[in-house]
Amino acid sequence: MSTSLTATPPQDISSTRWRRATEEPAWIRLTLITLALTFVTLFLVLPLTVVLYGAFERGIGVWWAAVQDPDALSAIRLTLLIVAIVVPLNTVFGIAAAWAIAKFEFRGKPVLISLIDMPFAISPVVVGLIFVILFGSQGWLGPWLAAHDLRIIFAVPGIVIVIAFGTLPFIARELIPLMQQQGKEEEEASLTLGANGWKTFWYVTLPNIKWGLIYGVILCNARAMGEFGAVAVVSGRIRGETNTMPLHIEVLYNEYMFTAAFAVSSLLTGLALVTIIIKSMVEWQEERRQRIAAT
Amino acid sequence: MSITLAKRRVIPGFGLTMGFTLLYMGLVFLIPVGAFLLYTTTMSWETFWSAITQRQVVASYKLSFGGSLIAATINLVFGALVAWVLVRYRFPGRRVVDALVDLPFALPTAVAGIALVTLYASTGWVGQYLEIFGIRVAYTQLGVVVALTYIGLPFVVRTVQPVLEDLEAEWEEASASLGAGRLTTLRRVIFPALLPALLTGYALAFARALGEYGSVVFISGNLPFRTEITPLLIVSKAEQYDYHGAAAIGTVMLLAAFSMLLVINGLQWWAGRRHA
Amino acid sequence: MSIEIDHVNKHFRDFVAVDNVSLTFNEGELTALLGPSGSGKTTLLRIIAGLEQPDTGRIRFHGEDTTDKHVSQRGVGFVFQHYALFKHMTVFQNVAYGLTVRPRQSRPSKADINAKVMHLLELVQLDWTAHRYPHQLSGGQRQRIALARALAVEPKVLLLDEPFGALDAKVRAELRRWLRRLHDDIHVTSVFVTHDQEEALEVSDRVVVMNKGRVEQDGSPEQVYDTPANPFVYRFLGNVNLFHARLHDGVARIGDIQLPAPEFHGYHNERGEAYVRPHEIEVLATRQHDDALHSQIELVSVIGPTVRLELRTNNTETLVHAELSKHHFHSLGLKQGSDAWIRPTHSRIFLPDERVANG
Repeated sequence: MSTSLTATPPQDISSTRWRRATEEPAWIRLTLITLALTFVTLFLVLPLTVVLYGAFERGIGVWWAAVQDPDALSAIRLTLLIVAIVVPLNTVFGIAAAWAIAKFEFRGKPVLISLIDMPFAISPVVVGLIFVILFGSQGWLGPWLAAHDLRIIFAVPGIVIVIAFGTLPFIARELIPLMQQQGKEEEEASLTLGANGWKTFWYVTLPNIKWGLIYGVILCNARAMGEFGAVAVVSGRIRGETNTMPLHIEVLYNEYMFTAAFAVSSLLTGLALVTIIIKSMVEWQEERRQRIAAT
Repeated sequence: MSITLAKRRVIPGFGLTMGFTLLYMGLVFLIPVGAFLLYTTTMSWETFWSAITQRQVVASYKLSFGGSLIAATINLVFGALVAWVLVRYRFPGRRVVDALVDLPFALPTAVAGIALVTLYASTGWVGQYLEIFGIRVAYTQLGVVVALTYIGLPFVVRTVQPVLEDLEAEWEEASASLGAGRLTTLRRVIFPALLPALLTGYALAFARALGEYGSVVFISGNLPFRTEITPLLIVSKAEQYDYHGAAAIGTVMLLAAFSMLLVINGLQWWAGRRHA
Repeated sequence: MSIEIDHVNKHFRDFVAVDNVSLTFNEGELTALLGPSGSGKTTLLRIIAGLEQPDTGRIRFHGEDTTDKHVSQRGVGFVFQHYALFKHMTVFQNVAYGLTVRPRQSRPSKADINAKVMHLLELVQLDWTAHRYPHQLSGGQRQRIALARALAVEPKVLLLDEPFGALDAKVRAELRRWLRRLHDDIHVTSVFVTHDQEEALEVSDRVVVMNKGRVEQDGSPEQVYDTPANPFVYRFLGNVNLFHARLHDGVARIGDIQLPAPEFHGYHNERGEAYVRPHEIEVLATRQHDDALHSQIELVSVIGPTVRLELRTNNTETLVHAELSKHHFHSLGLKQGSDAWIRPTHSRIFLPDERVANG
């Protein structure tokens, strides 16, 4: 099916007096565009600008010093360590779940898809709370963990698990619709040509889902680095030990070190921008593919 | 001769992928969530009830639910407008705006929180002009609504956009050829087609706002009874080792999230059926 | 290599897709599996390939039981309806795929693969597309590449699922003649699925007509067209007129017409149905025989060299379709609204319960 981009050619603001049936008068179009852009500016453009302005207001030297601060560096290191654990796990999960759901028929499939979406609906602070209650010093398994000298809450393992929980759906959610839409004919063709399962996945499936996978991984990465509410509950905010980048930003902000807070924020903002740029690239890729398929 | 064969699937890997999917989901969130709900049941009903009906807690529900409802409604209107403008009109910077819509999805909430409070504080870029009209945003309930609007912004846009793109021009042309004006066409033809997507986006934005923490706590000021959202109460109770109180409120939030998930699934099922 | 299908059954939930089918496809033959959609023909093809598992029954290739062999080990060439070419690979890489994914011990050398792929591309007359991507090719070209890809692994049997289904009429006609010639060259046992009776009759050595998961008739194209086994096959293979008849003592009566029906010798005044193809209706401008039906021409449509007539008989008010050459029609001097006399030159008679009285 052709998308509306061809079905309803969008109109240039300037137009001749003749008006097509699917189009509004120029003044209405202009008003609507202005309203939409004002809303977008207030809620998206200005917050973005204020972060970057705040970070570089006092020059690149101050920015660099703030990023080089030992506490900031340790927060960056911890954050990178955590995504190095969480993102690969969620990637394998996303691919496995999408393969099982897209390539096979089984009972309860809609339930499974809803379950995968569930972490997305749960408040991050509740996620943190769940693990505090299970593993915290006064929690269910607390005494047992203390007896075996294991620490999960107020330590790295707790942060890893709440972030894994919170970012679990992202890659799977990208891949499931993509793989469902691609069907299984190409995989069947590969099998009839004598390829085994791994080769089929590696040479046929993976190249087909490459862009969706890249976007899913990068989004999962951005969300993992930026996770705040759940980490705030389980980390204990021990400086230089269990402070991730967002927690470090909070600490700096509460200590009125605004420039430093924005400097660390600018790193995460850069990552967010890369994420949405890659998403746009994936979408253009898809649009191009559909245009080709339509010809 | 007929022999019943063992069930076998042609494409390999079902057992492996399904096994890993269930194992990982089980370990990371199904078992913890189940254990958490089990923990709540160890509380007596009186303890539970008094924990979730404290005056301070009830005030936080009002703010969280009310604020989320208002924010989702703002997003319903402006989200539909942004989606319409992005799909139907061409203007410079359209691609950039389209990409930016996902920003609240990708930008860490803590960063958004300090950015919003800096903007809307009475000395901020936007706040200083609102101050002239006597409007205060930072550290008020209005600030909570601003943060929740920001966080829910992508949802209505992203659910309405594809439906609007798939809407055949023929419908509108047919409506116009039958003598309908543009507004009538909008009301009778376009709006009904968009309704399921609008409601789904509304529910998603509401659900997201309900649980939001990071972007709100900076701008809200966290005054008890005034600008304290429910997730914040959970955090402070957990920090004071009041696990029973935190778990009770957490259960309320969890049940609210599950009901929203059910509502959203129902809406999507409805939308899918209407589309078919 | 022959293919033997032995009492195969397959159901999906409560839908019976293949209902106790037993068939043998002979070595080197090109067979068409013909039937309407939902007749189970594609499911049967996928069962032969190993893409579906039968509920019960066995599949044998040249006497060897392959029922439990995985599709990747079965050595079949399968051509998909929508080609299933790998989008991200060039034409060359697509055709070479089956050779490059072999385990290292049995994988041909790079030079051998290269030579083989180029040979196949020449065979399908598309060697100049080697470095293009599938989306740069037309539908007909994609289909030929899909065929070359299937042939690259030297399959023991070639299976084609609606190979021309997605193509427009002109390309279809060209491609099916080309497939026939190709098959005469390579002579591999081939089965193709189609819902297009013309395609089945033109291309294949043998036609298997399927309906509701069962085999209705199995024979040469001429056999199934000229002597359909039952009313379903009659109706499915081309247009047909149905006349209600009375069977009495080896004679079938339709109005004034008496048709010999020796197979119904013992019958007395039974109801029967006579099937007559449009081109088997003789149209006359004047009453030359006693046993002709008086009728009126309601519609004349000229389709290229042939003329199709819709006639209504005067006493039974039945609508009859007749087909004749334009030349013949003009020599009769008839036009829309004219009176005409018709009589069947050939017919087959069935009892109303669709039992066949005679082979």
